[in-house]
Amino acid sequence: MSAPGTGAARYIGQRVPRKEDARLLTGRGQFVDDVAVPGMLHIAFARSPIARGRIVSIDTSAARDLPGVHAVFTYEDIKDQQADFLSFYLAPIEVRVTPLADGRVAHVGDPVALVVAQDRYVAEDAVSLIEVAYEEEDPVVTLDDARNNPSIHPDAESNIAADMGDEDIDDNLQALLDNAPHLITHKVIHQRISQSPMETRGVVAVPEGPEELTVYITCQSPHAVARWLSLVLGMPQGSIRVIAKDVGGSFGLKNHPWREETSAILAARKLGRPIKWIEDRLENLTAANQAREQEMTLRVAFDAEAKLVASHGDYSVNNGAYPLGADANIAVHMFIWPAYKMPAYSFLSRGWYTNTIGLAAYRGPWAMESLARETALDAAARKIGVDPIEIRRRNLISLKDQPATSGLGVYVDDITPAECLEKLLQNFDVAAFRAEQAAARKEGRYLGLGIATYIEPTGAAGSISVMTGELAQLRIEPTGKVTAMMSTHSQGHGTQTTMAQVIADRLGVPYDDVTVFEGDSSRGGYTPGAAGSRQGVIGGGAAIKASELLADKVKRLAAHLLNANTESIRIEAGMVHVEGAPEMSRTLRSIAETAYGEPDKLPQDFEAGLEAQYRYTPPPVTFTSAAHACVVEVDIDTGFVKIQRWISSEDCGTVIHPAVVEGQIAGGLAQAIGTVLLEEMSFDDRGNPTAATYKDYMLPAISDVPTFEFLHANTPSKSVGGIRGVGEGGAIIGPPTLVNAIADALSQFGELPVDLPLTPSKLLDFIEGRPVRKPKEAKRAPPTPASPPPSAPQPAAAAAPSATAVSADGDWAMTIHSQMGAQEMKARFSTEGGRLTGKLMSDQGDQEFEGRAAGDTVAWEMKVTKPVSLTLKYDLKIEGDKLSGKVKMGIFGTSKVTGERL
Amino acid sequence: MSEHRINVEVNGRQQHATIEGRLTLGDFLRVNCGYTGVHLGCEHGVCGACTVIVDGKAVRSCLMLAVQADGAKITTVEGLASPDGALHPVQQAMRDEHALQCGFCTPGVVMTLAALTQDGARPSSETLLDAMSGHICRCTGYQGIRRAARKLAGENS
Repeated sequence: MSAPGTGAARYIGQRVPRKEDARLLTGRGQFVDDVAVPGMLHIAFARSPIARGRIVSIDTSAARDLPGVHAVFTYEDIKDQQADFLSFYLAPIEVRVTPLADGRVAHVGDPVALVVAQDRYVAEDAVSLIEVAYEEEDPVVTLDDARNNPSIHPDAESNIAADMGDEDIDDNLQALLDNAPHLITHKVIHQRISQSPMETRGVVAVPEGPEELTVYITCQSPHAVARWLSLVLGMPQGSIRVIAKDVGGSFGLKNHPWREETSAILAARKLGRPIKWIEDRLENLTAANQAREQEMTLRVAFDAEAKLVASHGDYSVNNGAYPLGADANIAVHMFIWPAYKMPAYSFLSRGWYTNTIGLAAYRGPWAMESLARETALDAAARKIGVDPIEIRRRNLISLKDQPATSGLGVYVDDITPAECLEKLLQNFDVAAFRAEQAAARKEGRYLGLGIATYIEPTGAAGSISVMTGELAQLRIEPTGKVTAMMSTHSQGHGTQTTMAQVIADRLGVPYDDVTVFEGDSSRGGYTPGAAGSRQGVIGGGAAIKASELLADKVKRLAAHLLNANTESIRIEAGMVHVEGAPEMSRTLRSIAETAYGEPDKLPQDFEAGLEAQYRYTPPPVTFTSAAHACVVEVDIDTGFVKIQRWISSEDCGTVIHPAVVEGQIAGGLAQAIGTVLLEEMSFDDRGNPTAATYKDYMLPAISDVPTFEFLHANTPSKSVGGIRGVGEGGAIIGPPTLVNAIADALSQFGELPVDLPLTPSKLLDFIEGRPVRKPKEAKRAPPTPASPPPSAPQPAAAAAPSATAVSADGDWAMTIHSQMGAQEMKARFSTEGGRLTGKLMSDQGDQEFEGRAAGDTVAWEMKVTKPVSLTLKYDLKIEGDKLSGKVKMGIFGTSKVTGERL
Repeated sequence: MSEHRINVEVNGRQQHATIEGRLTLGDFLRVNCGYTGVHLGCEHGVCGACTVIVDGKAVRSCLMLAVQADGAKITTVEGLASPDGALHPVQQAMRDEHALQCGFCTPGVVMTLAALTQDGARPSSETLLDAMSGHICRCTGYQGIRRAARKLAGENS
């Protein structure tokens, strides 16, 4: 970090009082349910009680007749309004999603109709009067069900929502696995999680005439919501104002609106009345998008010295029926090994559709990689007979090993997991613990130590188009006070505090004189919001750059007014000083008054006023590293786990506010404890959610969470300000740290299956030698003519030739429909017998290829180098003047291809 | 619909209202009285965010009907700070110890601690921490809440 040019009081690094607290502690915050607008009506939803079926009829007459009811809408009533759902990446959703169910329901809780009434009590009364007749079908609930049954969606070929990686393991990798001295096959089951922000979802939609709209919504960024809504509703973005002053947590749930929020907005526009929908907790637990529900089988091979040789990961994730974008979670594989010396890794990754609630993000959406890797390393250490610390020391990439690039192309040059581990071990006496553990064991007490290390990609920008930089707009007002409009947004992050610290520090003004405004899309923008631990890194960098621009402007004006050199001007505590001439000092206020009000006194070419803005785009990714240790005692009579100690040793670069950083880590760790010990969102065989209250879905309480100890290393990053992101780390490294401790405590009973949550009853099953998970027969659909067999993705060469060949020859307009959006190109085919030659032409350039033609199919392979080196495998079918098919894009999965003859 | 007339004192102010029997105290305080610092987090009595003080006792306002509060004296989080804006000792301890992030659960936490420390009471940290186990905070991992409770018990955190 460069030294500040002001010599001012340092605020970066201080535990200053939070700006947000004054209102939040006194009940003066503004959460979405606190907003009331004249004439506002209230919504309640009628939801499906079955997981899968056809809607035969909906009778809303009794509901409509209830006094106080203004309207009852089904899909038929609102379908005239545009609602083209998009993913977080603003790409079209892979299956058709409608705001309310259109003829079919695909999960319990699927919104079928909505009531608009004078208040929520009456709206719920009316919902109970809506009669819906269903023709119920057998639901597909689990990952195994999804693999063994035809598609749940009429418009999808199979239940594979997204897939990436290679179905066929490479021969060389297989040989490395087969021939290694040690191979472990490690299966990890991660339960489904409810993000459970304490404030549920909610929206107040206020139509401002037919062309404008104000939306109060609880979200992760009003700017991201405005951008999403403008595209989904087909309205100019400037006509939609999104306001979210205070948000009661999100953790990935509120990335962008989904079906209920959109339905409320459509209803408000239809009626021309303000409408409020506040999700109740029953809805939140049984109908809001959820997260995780993953399985991973990780194979890891080691040489005789316990050094890594090769690895393969097979990953599945239950996407539910309507995920916020189909997901096979490439990040799990990208980030599983780049902190370790891993010579070879390949994977298969699949997301599956089921008749359950759709998938959304949860803090550290790729966290499965750390859970699988770190628990596998401990299992391997036990099997090989080396210490779990030693196995990490032999394999971690330390600073002296960098720069390094992982097999999947992740470049690292400043990660410090090995250094964080050594620092941790300097502060935790492992030998003393092992002695204590051995002594306790003699008394029949089971202590365990868990250690885990990881790196986390933070502050991503520039590689995906919605992942923009962040904007800071600063103004020194004529009073000398500073206001900032930031594109950052707090759902508890405290960005009004941390951004004010950065500005006060770099501008040279008192912290109390800086006010940060965020939470309103009409001020600043664009940003994806609080996603991917990015706001400190990118917002902080933007605030620094804008402050420096503004400080330079003050210095230039002051030098002119005071007849001094610009280099001799210093700004400190809101005063402007000339080096060596204390009598020349002026208040910032007097300089600002001149800047706005006395244009004649300004230097030539000096833009009046004291304002500056900067949109900062950081390096594509900034890594945060950490090593954690935790000590547990497991009561083998009850299966209860008591966490005795937990130490975090992390390197998040420049720390703006230690209490904010520690708060982020501690919050993530509490969620990790919930994940490992308590929380479980599950479904019965008919797809009914089995946790509908916080008595069933158990969140960690204060009695479940120990006091955490923190060690900060501060290796500055390459981003402006040297900051590294810290929002998700605790939720990523926490689960393997705790699982490893429990497995260590119970190692004499065998190898603990990693099947979360590790509830007391599961641990007792393990301790007493019973299977932890009773095998469950996957539901298999009977082969009836009505349901086509499940279709596996077809390998490139397997297309059967048809009897009547249709010529592919000629020019085609072709589109690849990838998860990141549509790519347009022109294709030219020429066939001769079974041989295909051709050329693809796009704004990325032209490329020729050779391949095969058989009947009405063409198939070819071509290598590309951007964004990474990979081989594209096209497999297309020609039908007259149309073509359709697939392209397999290596690790980026399979995308649909369509085209028309030119 | 059953209708009932009630008189309650909320934050030192008399409130007269005619309400439906089924109206919860939480909704009454938020919607009818405008005290939106009363936060409804679960509406089934687990999370504690809606806690208010009714006749000296910490009560979950989602589990009590407004009609049951007829004649009662109620304090919400808006009624704690001094008229000059000085924070209540519980609020100040929470602020000093960085005991909040998003602030949604905070009013309930504050009200339970305020109820247990009212009239100069100085319960032990065990008592305060036991009471805190009835409040769910999804953001902080309870580190600052624990420190604030210990501080209120007179312990060095």
